[in-house]
Amino acid sequence: MSQPTDADQAPRAATADAELSRVGWQCRRGMLELDLLLSQFLTTGFARLDAAGRADFLRLLGYPDQIIHSWLMGREPPADAELRRLVTQIWAATAKHPGDAA
Amino acid sequence: MPIPRRKFDTLIVGAGGAGLNAALRLASAELRVAVVSKVFPTRSHTVAAQGGVNAALANVLPDDWHWHMFDTVKGSDYLGDQDAIEYMCREAIPTVYELEHAGVPFSRLDDGKIYQRAFGGQSQRFGGEQAVRTCAAADRTGHAILHTLYQQNLRARTHFFDEYFAIDLIRDEDGVAIGALVLEIETGEALVIEAKATLLASGGHGQVFRTTTNAFINTGDGMAMALRAGVPLMDMEFYQFHPTGVAGKGMLITEGARGEGGYLINGDGERFMEGYAPRALDLASRDVVARSMVTEVREGRGCGPEKDHVMLKLDHLGAEVVHHRLPGITDICRVFLGLDPAERPIPVFPTAHYAMGGIPTDRYARVVAPARHGPEEVVPGLYAAGECACVSVHGANRLGGNSLLDILVFGRAAGTDILEYVRNNPNHRPLRDEDLEPVVTRLGRWERTGAGEGVAAVKADLRKLMEDHCGVFRDDATMAAGVEKLKALRERVEHARLKDQSKTFNTARIEALELDNLVDVGMATLMSALHRQESRGAHSRVDYPERDDELWMKHSLYSRDGDRMDYKPVRTKPLSVESFPPKARVY
Repeated sequence: MSQPTDADQAPRAATADAELSRVGWQCRRGMLELDLLLSQFLTTGFARLDAAGRADFLRLLGYPDQIIHSWLMGREPPADAELRRLVTQIWAATAKHPGDAA
Repeated sequence: MPIPRRKFDTLIVGAGGAGLNAALRLASAELRVAVVSKVFPTRSHTVAAQGGVNAALANVLPDDWHWHMFDTVKGSDYLGDQDAIEYMCREAIPTVYELEHAGVPFSRLDDGKIYQRAFGGQSQRFGGEQAVRTCAAADRTGHAILHTLYQQNLRARTHFFDEYFAIDLIRDEDGVAIGALVLEIETGEALVIEAKATLLASGGHGQVFRTTTNAFINTGDGMAMALRAGVPLMDMEFYQFHPTGVAGKGMLITEGARGEGGYLINGDGERFMEGYAPRALDLASRDVVARSMVTEVREGRGCGPEKDHVMLKLDHLGAEVVHHRLPGITDICRVFLGLDPAERPIPVFPTAHYAMGGIPTDRYARVVAPARHGPEEVVPGLYAAGECACVSVHGANRLGGNSLLDILVFGRAAGTDILEYVRNNPNHRPLRDEDLEPVVTRLGRWERTGAGEGVAAVKADLRKLMEDHCGVFRDDATMAAGVEKLKALRERVEHARLKDQSKTFNTARIEALELDNLVDVGMATLMSALHRQESRGAHSRVDYPERDDELWMKHSLYSRDGDRMDYKPVRTKPLSVESFPPKARVY
C-alpha cells in the first residue's frame, strides 16, 4: 500500500476543516452564554474527544437552547450518562480560575 | 455560470419572533413564503428573552391599553411615535390571545387566566400605582414563543432556508424591492430569491460593542442591507446599556444584586459611587452608574491587569443571601469566572443590550424613507419588523416587556399588510441583470487574494472602538475622535483579506460579511450620536446633559452615502386619543 501523498492529504485536510467549521456554526446559538461556552470548548476541548465523544457533542448541539443552557449552567443534569459526562468535560475545558476572571 | 433563481410570494430575512409571526400569517393564507436564517430558526436571539410580553389584559389588577400607551410614550422620553405606540398597545391584547391559541404555554393564574407579572416603568391610571401587565411563560417566554411559532410555520408549510446568509437586497430600476441575494453556508453557492414582498426581520447589532448581552449572531445584517440599498437608519444613537455586565464577557448581573446591598469598588478599593451619587449611591439610575464606572476606568482607577473594569462586591452579604436570593448570578460567576460571589467580588463593566433605532417603518411595517414627496415615502415591496426596525415605539428608551411585544405586533402587522400588497401586486416584477450587478459585486468582495490583514483583528478593534467612543460616556471630543478612527478602520476593511477561499462551510467568509455589516451599523450609531446635542433616554451626553425638546424632539436619519445626517419630525398625534405632551421623565 502506498503512502498518502500531499495531493491525497489536501482534500482530507480541507474536509476536516469544513467539518470543524460545520460544528462551529452549530455552536452559534441564540444565547450569549452558550456561544461563549460552546465556542471555547470547540477550541480547547473538542479535539480531545474520541469519535463517540464527538457524536455526543453533536447530539448535545441538537437540543434546544434553553435545555442546553440549564445543563451548562448547572441547574439540572442531562438525563443520560454520556451527556452528563460531556457537560463535565465542557466545564473542565472552559473552566476559569479565580483571578483570571476578566 | 448564472446564479440560480427561485421565486416566492414573500421573502423573510430572519427567523426570530417578528419573522416567524409574519411568516405564519402569510403561509396560513396560502402564500408561498421563504424564510432565510443564518442559523437554525429556533436558535434566533428571541430565545434569550426571559421577561415577557406587555399587554393590558387586566388579569391581576385593573388595566387599560391607554395606560400602557402612556407608560410607553413616557418611557420613550417622548421620542416614540404616538400613532405606532397606540397601535401597539391596542393590538397587544389580540396578539397575546392569538399566541395563546397558537399554543404558547403561558404560565397560569389560579383562575386559569394568563399569568402576568409586574415590571418597572408600568403604571395604572397614567402614572399611578404599579401595573401588572407582563404576560410570561415562566422565565422562558421567548423560548416558548419561538418554538411555538416555528412549529406552527412547519404546519403551514413555510419554506425554511436554514443556514443561508442574506447578502443584499435587490431593488429594480423603479426602486421596488424584488428579493435578495443569499448564500448557502454549506456549499458557498449563491442563490437569488425573487419575491413580490421582502421583510427584514434580522434582529439587533449588539456585537458592534465589545461588551454585550447579545449572542454572536446579532451583527446588524438587515440594517446594513437596508443602508446599502439606499435606505437610511433611524435613531441609531439610542442604544440601551446595562451598568453591570460581566467584564470582558457581557452577561447581565441583574440590578437585584445592588438592590440586595451589593456595591461597586474601584482598583483602589474605594466605594466610588459615593463621589457621583452621594444619596442614591449604587442604586442611582442606570446611566449615572454606568458613566461613573467608565469614568473610574478612564481615569486609571480600574481593576485588573488592564485596569479595564471595576468590581461588584457582594461578599459582605453572606452566602445565605447571595446563593438563595441571587441564584442566577451565582451560576454565572461559578461557570464563567470560577468564583463564588459570596466570597469574591465580580469584575463588571457596562454591557450593550438593545437597539431602539433601526430601519424606519410606519405602523404597517412598511419601510419608509425620505424621497421627493416627503420624509416618509414608502419603499415599495420592502418591510421591516423587530429589533432591526424602528417604527418607532421605543423612542429613546425601551421599557421591559415591550421588545417581545414589538416583534410580535409588528411581525403580525407586516404579515397583514403584505397579504394586501401581494393581492394588489400579484406578479413578480422582472429581474434584470443590471439589478443584480451591485449585489453580485459585494459577493465577490471577499474573494480578493494577496496579502492583507485578517478579519478577527479588525473586528476586535471595531468593538473596542465603539465601546470607547460611543458607549455610555459620550461627549463631542470622544465621539468626533471615534468617527475619524472608524473611517480609518473602514479603510482597513477594504484591504483585509480572507486566507481561506474554500467554498464548503467557509464560516470565515460569513464572519467577513458580518464585519462589513457591523462597520456600517457602527458608523450609523456613531454619526447619529455625535450629531444629537442633547441627553434623552439612553443617549446620555456629558456636554449636553439636558433634554432639548425645542431643537431635538425629532428623529435622526443616517444615510451611508456620504455619511449624511437628516432629520424628520416625531409623530405626536395618536390614532384616536389625545397626544401625551412632553414632560420631565420622573419616576
